[in-house]
Amino acid sequence: MEYFVQQLINGITLGSIYGLIAIGYTMVFGIIGMVNFAHGDVFMVSAFIALIAFLILTTWLGISSIALALFIVLLVAMTFTSLINWVIERVAYRPLRGSFRLAPLISAIGMSIFLSNFVQVAQGPRNKSIPPMIQGEFVLFNQNNFAVTLSYKQLIIWSITAVLLFAFWYLVTKTRLGRAQRACEQDQKMAALVGVDVDRTISMTFVIAAALAAVAGTMYLVYYGVVSFSDGFVPGVKAFTAAVLGGIGSLPGAVVGGLLIGLIETFWSAYFSIDYKDVAAFSVLAITLIFLPQGLFGRPDVEKV
Amino acid sequence: MAAGAQSGRVATTGAFRDAAFTGLLAFALFLPLIGFLTGVNGSNELILTTRWPLLFAFVAIAAIGRFIYVLALKPWLARRAQQPVRAEAPAWRAYVTDWIVPFAVALVIAYPLVIFFTLGSNGGQKWIDNFGIQILIYVMLGWGLNIVVGLAGLLDLGYVAFYAVGAYSYALLAKTFGLGFWVLLPLAGILSSFWGILLGFPVLRLRGDYLAIVTLAFGEIIRLVLINWVALTNGYAGIIGIPRPTFFGIPFSAADNGFAAVFGLQFSPLYRIIFLYYVILALALLTCFVSLRLRRLPIGRAWEALREDEIACRSLGINTTNTKLTAFAMGAMFAGFAGSFFAAREAFISPESFTFIESATILAIVVLGGMGSQIGVVIAAIVMIGGSELLRQLDFLKDIFGPGFDPTQYRMLLFGLAMVLIMVWRPRGLIATRTPSVFLKQRKRISADLVKEGHATRGRG
Repeated sequence: MEYFVQQLINGITLGSIYGLIAIGYTMVFGIIGMVNFAHGDVFMVSAFIALIAFLILTTWLGISSIALALFIVLLVAMTFTSLINWVIERVAYRPLRGSFRLAPLISAIGMSIFLSNFVQVAQGPRNKSIPPMIQGEFVLFNQNNFAVTLSYKQLIIWSITAVLLFAFWYLVTKTRLGRAQRACEQDQKMAALVGVDVDRTISMTFVIAAALAAVAGTMYLVYYGVVSFSDGFVPGVKAFTAAVLGGIGSLPGAVVGGLLIGLIETFWSAYFSIDYKDVAAFSVLAITLIFLPQGLFGRPDVEKV
Repeated sequence: MAAGAQSGRVATTGAFRDAAFTGLLAFALFLPLIGFLTGVNGSNELILTTRWPLLFAFVAIAAIGRFIYVLALKPWLARRAQQPVRAEAPAWRAYVTDWIVPFAVALVIAYPLVIFFTLGSNGGQKWIDNFGIQILIYVMLGWGLNIVVGLAGLLDLGYVAFYAVGAYSYALLAKTFGLGFWVLLPLAGILSSFWGILLGFPVLRLRGDYLAIVTLAFGEIIRLVLINWVALTNGYAGIIGIPRPTFFGIPFSAADNGFAAVFGLQFSPLYRIIFLYYVILALALLTCFVSLRLRRLPIGRAWEALREDEIACRSLGINTTNTKLTAFAMGAMFAGFAGSFFAAREAFISPESFTFIESATILAIVVLGGMGSQIGVVIAAIVMIGGSELLRQLDFLKDIFGPGFDPTQYRMLLFGLAMVLIMVWRPRGLIATRTPSVFLKQRKRISADLVKEGHATRGRG
């Protein structure tokens, strides 16, 4: 029981990170119908930006307040990652809008290879590890000599994810931009006819997706304390799995899917085999697509003649 | 005159403004990752160092490049776009198209011999091995995948799994049972095509992007199993000492019964490489020949019909299940052949050779060449694989950038960049015309926009 609760806590933490990345996939897919393959690598780039910002703050400026440092790191990572994703969309995807379906996918795969190798060349192939930013934990209860703990960093990840999800939900459902986004998702031509700037809305979608990926990247750095140039692919695919599981195009689905994938992965590692945890995640992806292609919350894809 | 000078000044000011904006953007883009370098100090802690000169070099390149583009390149492109398109292609072009294929085949057949006699056995090895064999493997894989993606329109991102099945089939069977290359080559193809059918079955209902992602998942699952099933595959360490192919029973060794001794030649490792070159050339040409012939058979026509419209296809009584599965099986079979050749050539295989990047590379070759175009695959393989191999040879760059400069580390970086640029420049691939296999009066090339390769339908939008 206590072991189970501990795994549940760990799984939800991992799942929050996946959920944040998954929103980026699901939003982009919803609006332009493209699997943004480079999104996982954008997440990895954001973790590097967070790492560099953290080092500047702690070693150069000597900021000792962790809360302030974390806040600034989060802001810096979100700003720069958004800018990078905005440029990527302009350069690599916008010229291909309206082209055949495979063209943006190939372009995104190329961008994914480019980003991970760019980081490898620019920052070196070694793992970058930082000393633990936040230490300490609550002991929830102690049973059979097994203490179930909730560490401060897990708590911070949970709360930041929750706050940002709320802000993001507000943005999509209550603001003008969110309305424009939902309009473009339904029918771009019609949205343009009633005065929505489609190009700008799509750009903003990429910016928001990148900002959420940057939050995930910062959380990843806080949680694991280590990042390398190759860390984009596997979390990227898992987050995509989460988006598919929740029903691609559905925003609550992405979050629920992320949590489910995090839990599945954690429980699989805990009770079965840690070697095959990625196999479990990929199998979930395949099984979902085969038996439930519209996911948990997605609309069924009706094919018309 | 004055108005001309005026507009010239306006254009220059605009270009300056544009260049300044681009420079600013480049500064912000590259500030974190280029401006700062994370390294470790003596006590293994991360430290930061700055690289301002490098950052400003990047910014300057971006700004100057943008300036030249706005002021010179853009007006030139606009003028070129205004020129009327000639309706009739010049006469030499038809001549070239007729003769290019026989000429190219003759060239690739003569290539290793020409290299052998001009560069000798020492200098020639890398040209035949790194360029010849390496490119031909990818040409063959590209042609194999073209059956699945180009003809049947099924997007496969896990093609490398079948390549891996072929390679491991050869390696394990050859090491365990001592069977020869020529026995195992067809066997590896058969095993791979079984896997093609096995993995094809569950994904029959999926199309487009979803199919791509599931095939990606299958490809990764197979790789992860190869890594973790240590008892069978030896995990990350891989399989070493895989038997090399022989010349119909005569080994390529320096021994008395070796190839060189039997034919009364001086021993050289190049003979095996030349032999391998011809083996992969024959396999690649077989792939091309089979897929070209299949296109005219009922099954090939069914593939293309399936690609264009699945519902119409079903209404006409075509069994879409069988059609899709044969496409998967065919594509997988050729990947299996290529895989067993790869294992025999390297004599060492490990899961590292079968990562997702390989699948992406093969798919990129097919798409960049222009899907469905056989020549396009060849051109794209030469550009992408040959180009990245060429980077290994650029030792003179070390003289310019100092001895610490290693061009090979930029290989995948440039590869990714090339994928994006070629896609943006020619979304339909390098060869943007297709030749239908059915025609009314005369054979005519049509624009690739008219066919639906990889063009999955989506419910809405």
